[in-house]
Amino acid sequence: MALEIVRRATRIVVCAAAACGTAMAADFITVPGGRFASVLPQGPVPTVSVPVEVAAFAMRATPVTAGEFLAFVRAHPEWQRGRAPAIFADRRYLVDWRSPVLLADGGAADRPVINVSWFAARAYCESERARLPTWLEWEYTAAADETRRDARADPQWRRRILSWYERPATTSPPRVGGAPNVFGVSDLHGVVWEWVDDFNALFIAGDSRVQGDPDTAKFCGAGALSVIDRDSYAVLMRIALLSSLSAADTTGSLGFRCVRPGGERP
Amino acid sequence: MNPPLSRRDVLRRLGFVAGMWWAARAEARDIPGDSVYQLRAQLTDQDGRSFELSSLRGQAVLVSMFYSSCEQVCPMIFETIRLTLLALPVADRERVRVMMISFDPARDSVAVLKATAEAHQCDARWALLRAEDAEVRRIAAVLGVQYRRLASGEFNHSSAIELLDTEGRIAARTGTLGAADPGFVKAVRKALSRQA
Repeated sequence: MALEIVRRATRIVVCAAAACGTAMAADFITVPGGRFASVLPQGPVPTVSVPVEVAAFAMRATPVTAGEFLAFVRAHPEWQRGRAPAIFADRRYLVDWRSPVLLADGGAADRPVINVSWFAARAYCESERARLPTWLEWEYTAAADETRRDARADPQWRRRILSWYERPATTSPPRVGGAPNVFGVSDLHGVVWEWVDDFNALFIAGDSRVQGDPDTAKFCGAGALSVIDRDSYAVLMRIALLSSLSAADTTGSLGFRCVRPGGERP
Repeated sequence: MNPPLSRRDVLRRLGFVAGMWWAARAEARDIPGDSVYQLRAQLTDQDGRSFELSSLRGQAVLVSMFYSSCEQVCPMIFETIRLTLLALPVADRERVRVMMISFDPARDSVAVLKATAEAHQCDARWALLRAEDAEVRRIAAVLGVQYRRLASGEFNHSSAIELLDTEGRIAARTGTLGAADPGFVKAVRKALSRQA
């Protein structure tokens, strides 16, 4: 009996070391669901933000690293630089790497992967039986600080996040593994921008005054969205960036992380 | 019981299989990197048949996205495509294909797509298509279409009409609605001139 348990435990350890699936098993943190008022209106009236129910999910504790992405492209050569079709990844895809299967330098493995397109990010998440987070899931998790699920009303929290945006962009982002927030998720601010699955749903009106007169020739339905909380500059910058991108675009400060639905374990 | 195969039969069959394999391989290899047909998406048309985007390879294709319950711009998209086809010389009209992809797989069942096709008098040139949500997001991404489901069940979406050339590359795009855009019509004719 005891022997059987040892044998089973051994098998699990061996499996983890040999990296069942892709790369090493990533740490997915369960984020409990809750009510959340997004800076983007979710309700029927485009100018009124109604809190919505966010269902529980499990999010990667840190952004996907260059080392993890390297393991992915080794297992999936069709996603290597030079092989990924232009419609899925632009010319700057993984441009910072030394070769299609070599990182830039020795210290890069635990930095977030950058210069990845939305298609590549999505393919990576699928390889670990996950998906990209929705904007709502990302914003909900990123609203937390170390002790509170929603720290957004705290001016100090806002200042701290904004200070990251004042820092000049360096050639490589910092290593992953910063202080986790109350959910146990790290690096949502201060490391890289991150793709979300519905990045092409984030189009917004440039000015709330156009809300009464939506440009229906360009946007069908209720017109483009307006942003409710214009004080959330840091979040607005993310939305502005994401809404300006095409799915094949890559940038030197844009990475991603993955989520699994319902907080399920791998 | 089947008669035994002669050596020539065997060789002929082997040759046929090899030829098929070679053709399939060449086809996969040939799709340009910037072609929408790189996307292997699972779609279903208004007659319930499974549909591959790349099945329209070799033809000029107009493509747009819509949802059937839309009352504002979507009917105008159908109308604009109809006007664009009418602006072409008669001989060209029949050679253009149209793909309309739904944002709303939950409500746009095959039956609803069929009814929508009939309501807009879409003939055999038109394919009204549905796919699962995650697939719709990918298709919108390659086409550069932005969309968002509202709590009301309505959709916000950008409403361009795109032209795919014979290789599935986006050759032109128009935001003009309610009339045929002359520049776009010209681009369609150009794409047709390259069609075998």
